Amino acid sequence: MADLKYAAYVCSGCGIGERIDAAQTAKIAEKEGKIALVRQHPFLCSSDGVALIRKDIGEGATHVAIAACSRRAKTEAFHFPSVALARANLREGVIWARPDTDEARETTQEMADDYVRMACAELKKMKLPAGNPEVGRSTRILVVGGGISGLTAAVEARKTGYEVVLVEKQAQLGGWAAKLWKRVPDREPHAAPVDTGVRELIDAVTKDAGVKVYTNATLAQTSGAPGRFNATIAIESGASVNEEIGAIVQATGFSLYDMNRLPELGAGKSPNVVDQAGLEKLAREAEASGQPICRPSDGGEVKSVVFVQCAGQRDESGKHLPYCSGYCCNTSIKQAMYFKDANPAVDTVVVYTDLRVPGNGEDFYRSAQHKGVVFTKGKVASVEPDGNACTVNFRDLILDEDARIEGADLVVLATGQVANAGVDIENADATDANGAKPISILNLNYRQGKDLPKLSHGFADSHFICFPYETRRTGIYAAGPVRRPMDIAQAMEDATGAVLKAIQAAENSQLGRSAHPRSGDLSFPMVRLDGCTQCKRCTVECPFGAIDEDEKTYPVFNESRCRRCGTCMGACPVRVISFENYSVDTVGAQIKAVDIPDEFSEKPRILVLACENDAYPALDMAAMQGNHYSAFVRVIPVRCLGSVNTIWITDALNGGYDGVMMMGCKHGDDYQCHFVKGSALATERMSKVDETLKTMSLETERVATYEVAITDLKRLPQLIEDYAKVIDKIGMSPMKGFA
Amino acid sequence: MGAMNEQALAKYTNNFLREVEERVEEGEWVKMCMQCGVCAGSCPFGPDWEHSPQKIFMMIRAGKRDEVLSSDSMWMCTSCYNCVVRCPRELPITQIMHGLATYAQRLGLAPKMNPTRKFSLLFWDNCTRTGRVNELKLALGLYFMDGLVAGIKKAWAMRNTGLGLLMAGRLNPFEILKGHECKDKAGIQRMLKKAYEIEEKRRGFAK
Repeated sequence: MADLKYAAYVCSGCGIGERIDAAQTAKIAEKEGKIALVRQHPFLCSSDGVALIRKDIGEGATHVAIAACSRRAKTEAFHFPSVALARANLREGVIWARPDTDEARETTQEMADDYVRMACAELKKMKLPAGNPEVGRSTRILVVGGGISGLTAAVEARKTGYEVVLVEKQAQLGGWAAKLWKRVPDREPHAAPVDTGVRELIDAVTKDAGVKVYTNATLAQTSGAPGRFNATIAIESGASVNEEIGAIVQATGFSLYDMNRLPELGAGKSPNVVDQAGLEKLAREAEASGQPICRPSDGGEVKSVVFVQCAGQRDESGKHLPYCSGYCCNTSIKQAMYFKDANPAVDTVVVYTDLRVPGNGEDFYRSAQHKGVVFTKGKVASVEPDGNACTVNFRDLILDEDARIEGADLVVLATGQVANAGVDIENADATDANGAKPISILNLNYRQGKDLPKLSHGFADSHFICFPYETRRTGIYAAGPVRRPMDIAQAMEDATGAVLKAIQAAENSQLGRSAHPRSGDLSFPMVRLDGCTQCKRCTVECPFGAIDEDEKTYPVFNESRCRRCGTCMGACPVRVISFENYSVDTVGAQIKAVDIPDEFSEKPRILVLACENDAYPALDMAAMQGNHYSAFVRVIPVRCLGSVNTIWITDALNGGYDGVMMMGCKHGDDYQCHFVKGSALATERMSKVDETLKTMSLETERVATYEVAITDLKRLPQLIEDYAKVIDKIGMSPMKGFA
Repeated sequence: MGAMNEQALAKYTNNFLREVEERVEEGEWVKMCMQCGVCAGSCPFGPDWEHSPQKIFMMIRAGKRDEVLSSDSMWMCTSCYNCVVRCPRELPITQIMHGLATYAQRLGLAPKMNPTRKFSLLFWDNCTRTGRVNELKLALGLYFMDGLVAGIKKAWAMRNTGLGLLMAGRLNPFEILKGHECKDKAGIQRMLKKAYEIEEKRRGFAK
């Protein structure tokens, strides 16, 4: 601990100086915070102020506390990568959160004093993060799947200058796109089907020396972490090859929902009832023979075609797919044009419930109407094949009556997409929507399972609301229909985005830094194994599968797989996991640094542990908008509510705090937690805190957990006010004065 | 009239949409409807007629020929153009409705008792006879549309308005005898006859 030099700076700009006694807070930093060098400045983020700090750092300061604005503000001015940095939030957290009145002056000052005490205490426990020593070695991108998504990912990675290894299960590249006759147009005038372009993509990939293509190949095993994945690829000959990989894009696409599960729609009863893939096959055969598309049953001329939308999709009975696959309306429009463009006399009817045409599909839809494709809003009840003709019975949803189309030569069922997302790691016996038992795709050797976790309806993981390419396996990015149903245009965009994320992850790993969402963070979890009790909570709770176990069930951290959320730290019952600049001690010291007035002061103290991603910025923004809140709260930002260790709660309550509010993100199916499971785990942990409170003879209201969104600018101050009233009602904590 | 209907039925077996496209003014727009229902929601007469434009278009596509052509809906349109303004597909809905009405009338399928149909016929006869509208005859024709007693009652109810118009010099009682007419009455009638012929030919009404 040689040469540790602490410095603190109190800014009085932005009105801080007028609202609080800055000299007093500076004195507190010096006397109570025990900071050797304390300076005041009227405008700290000015070049003059920053130069002052830089000068002190140049002269040996290694730990710096800045009492000014929120840690979210002025991050560029106060960017000192060579020192450990703590920020006391006097602007958004104090003066803007409080009314400027004489009666509020005293409590506002107390708030400011406490935040300075907290910053000084935090600083004493912080170390400058040194970065993950186990840096990555490879920046090659492994693309799993050689369909349009995988090919696009490979091409985009090459454009950016990265090498690619592409693994495809089939003998040929191209996937579904190669089976299409034509595709939905992707550019103006969106009037007619166009060439798929898949040939050019395949050529670009196979002729590029920077792309190593393995066809008829699967992944036998994937191990390691970003920057140093080791992929064992089982190739055609039965042998296997090893490739060192930086990051992975999983673009394993979809299978079509099996139309044989729809006998009521005539599937399997007549060769004249086909799915969309079946019609593409007919169209390609027709092109090869130079004839128009003919009726499969007898080769007869097709005069009338009916397209049945949402076949086995958007199903409410629970028998079929509950979701909309999003691409099939455009596909049916395209296929109706196959007929109309060749012969306008062919009757083509699309029976739909809601025509959903993403992208520029509206133009394409209009073009089909111009060409005479008839669109009927209705729900098909049954298809009855009889000889060479089919009768389509449907409910007309505009005229609200049963109707039928007779004499259809061909019926095309728009079945949906079922993800090829590998095994369900939470349920080994699960089958996919087609009733098939999936086999593993990635074959990860992680203790948490062989494939990506699934989100819903069997699709691979994706942080759906905020970061669509992110999965819960760092360095592995899902792209294309494997993560949600989509068409070619969307899949190509998706693949481009995912491969750029993969490149970022590989590059960050070379520098020992964290990947998204704490991209660039140099801190990483450290474990003191001699105190570990092998309880496995960290390995089980880590949302990202970053922690394996050794043969003695001690945790083995894969730092490059870690996202630095601190969920392991929150889970650890013996508190042996910490980050250099974020630990049980850095937060614990802040909790203990707050000055707790006695029981009769009528000044309760409420600890707020706020998620730094949503709740903390929401509090800052609430203050910016002039939404005031109680002066009795002391807010500590946490990386994720999942990192909250219950010792903080018991310490706070033992230390005389009257209540603890925990603010995390929305959890559940439509979670907004940056770390996916953090807020859910915290809520789960805190549901058990009632027992602890009872043993301490405290009311259960003294700990409360809230779901907060970043937009809750009005609600959040109100929550605080309401909670302060609850504390007022149950009375001051009896624990004051014992600590 | 009956013969024209027979001819249309024979020509467009089971394809009413094509019949409308070829024979109804602006009928080629019907296929462009995307069934959003904005027209139905915009129509001030919405609750008062049998089928909204949206339904009429759907019925055309479904081949409900008799129901469409005998519907009173097209006759109830007041030409407020609200639907035309709001239609996201920019269909000339008002024109299509009038086109359908005209076509139904020509085939003899329009609803006989519909008052707006009767008024339309009165107006047409009135103004094509002399080339100018004779307002007194038109109003009286309208009053006596439903019979002598009803006509007298209605005229009596409106007597003050009539007197007022007379005093203000806005109503000439001698119009009842002859009325004013345009300079070249025969020319107008020849022109209309020619227009009819052209339309018959263009839309394939003639055998």
